[in-house]
Amino acid sequence: MSMTRNVMVFIELNDGKIADVSLELVCEAGRLARKLNTGVVAVAMGYDARNELMCLGGFGCDKVYYTDDSRLSFFSSVPYAGIMVSAIRKYQPGIVLFGATTMGRDLAPRVASALRCGLTADCTQLEIGDHGIRDKEYKNILLQIRPAFGGNIIATIVSPESTPSMATVREGVMKMAEPDPSGKTEIVMEPCCVPDEDFLTEVIQVVREESSVNLKSARIIVSAGMGAGSPEGLLLVKQLARTLGGVAGASRPVVDAGLMDRCCQVGQTGVTVRPNLYIACGISGQIQHRAGMEGAKRIIAINKDLEAPIFNIAHYGIVGDIHDVIPKMIKAYKAKA
Amino acid sequence: MGLKMVVTVKQVPDTHNLSGDAMKPDGTVNRNALPAIFNPEDLNALEEALKIKETIGGTVTAISMGPPKAKDVLKECLYRGADEVILVSDKLFAGADTLATSYALKCAIEKVGGFDLILCGRQAIDGDTAQVGPQIAEKLKINQLTCVSEIVEIDERSVCVKRSVENGYEIVRSRFPVLLTITAGANEPRSPSAKRVMAYKNVDSVVCETAYDETWFNPQSCNNVSRIREWNTQTIDADPALCGLSGSPTKVKKIENVVLTAGEVKQIPNTDAGIAGLIHELIEEHILG
Repeated sequence: MSMTRNVMVFIELNDGKIADVSLELVCEAGRLARKLNTGVVAVAMGYDARNELMCLGGFGCDKVYYTDDSRLSFFSSVPYAGIMVSAIRKYQPGIVLFGATTMGRDLAPRVASALRCGLTADCTQLEIGDHGIRDKEYKNILLQIRPAFGGNIIATIVSPESTPSMATVREGVMKMAEPDPSGKTEIVMEPCCVPDEDFLTEVIQVVREESSVNLKSARIIVSAGMGAGSPEGLLLVKQLARTLGGVAGASRPVVDAGLMDRCCQVGQTGVTVRPNLYIACGISGQIQHRAGMEGAKRIIAINKDLEAPIFNIAHYGIVGDIHDVIPKMIKAYKAKA
Repeated sequence: MGLKMVVTVKQVPDTHNLSGDAMKPDGTVNRNALPAIFNPEDLNALEEALKIKETIGGTVTAISMGPPKAKDVLKECLYRGADEVILVSDKLFAGADTLATSYALKCAIEKVGGFDLILCGRQAIDGDTAQVGPQIAEKLKINQLTCVSEIVEIDERSVCVKRSVENGYEIVRSRFPVLLTITAGANEPRSPSAKRVMAYKNVDSVVCETAYDETWFNPQSCNNVSRIREWNTQTIDADPALCGLSGSPTKVKKIENVVLTAGEVKQIPNTDAGIAGLIHELIEEHILG
């Protein structure tokens, strides 16, 4: 391991299982660490999860600092933030990454506030680069790239005057590599120094509902925008998804209007997807939406408005009303397949 | 007695409803032309506080950090039932990121003092960061419960809430003081009351040298016209070095306006033959099975 500061990842454990986003971030941390000629370390906290953490070696994590305590079975803001702050003070990473999950978005700002360091939420891209402030030039710092202002601008954020630079990233934004079965990680057990009085949140009930749709692993996604926001429109979108063997998704306005469930939302503040085929039905194509689907291999856009921005990233464009186009697609597919 | 509640509110550009006027000829957004609105989830936070006040009693203080124009959202709080409203405004706050913002709000909340419950909207639609709430909680050294979609139970000492999390929910309880961040799903915010609009439509702010005086917060002595208290860095004893741009570790290196460039889109005619051809092509390429 070189002398430069490591890249650190917060490992989120839910019911003793590592969240997918944490594995994606370990892979991304590896990519950043190679550019900086440094290593990847992780911080985890929970109860009886030591064995679960062994797999991190396969994703390129050198060391895991793990705090094991029965009181840490469930997330609680103050103790989790306290442990994370101690680990950062002790091991001095240059960069810390968190998943932009409910837990990560609760924890990361609290940690950044305690350390008075910069934090950028929901990054869609991370890079290493230089930045000058007045006459001082900072080399090899983290460039945190995210859409802002409702997605109308793309901002590159830096925080070179405080250490570490911290960022949260949504699940699915970074690619998870195939694990290397020979990869090993060293698990360093950390004592839990959190006093009982810091456990201020009493967990009464945790209910996990198996998500009825799994957008992330879907090969084909048919998504509804406000142009398909009528009851008939949504029915057609779902019907097309079923016919093609895919799942139905939605843009944020459709979900905000309560027309589809939040777990169906594709985009920067929803799920990021990389299907083989993405069919955007009546979606205008705001950048937040595009940030969540432009990794699709093929994109078909259906929209009445020839000027809709979605056509600029689509591979195939059909100008027309979805109520007219979708039945034609269903008919054509049934005739071929 | 009742609970002492503080609600943080923000005036934001309406980034979700871009009208024609907001677009510049080059296809980018003219940020100055966007209408300023009450951040939607802050209205949910205010509503939750007003509901608590109605059920178990208490007072609701709304605080906003922003330019003088942010008085508009504080008036909206008065129209809906807030007891006192405070504008935290100073040129020194300009350019604040979430850390510097949470520092200023923390100083103001400490000036209000004696609170049981702080309610914030989960996030603001201009940045969507969801960071200011947890950062205020950390700076006040109090507990936080984020992403609250329902207040299940509340009494004089503690609150029990439902938090929306990935693939499910949690029911958790915390004693006071605690900070909650409220999601859009929690409630349907009430409309302004006509009676209160009449009472407060002409209120303006008065700049306060000190945070409170003996007339403050006595409804009988309160002069409605100066109902909005305006505090600056000195009133709230804020360290200027921790405010605004100088208190913000994050810097904007580059802003790129999103200009949508024409790509290689293949236009498919909206005809039976055109669409059949597309389906055929996708099956040939094994995109469709």
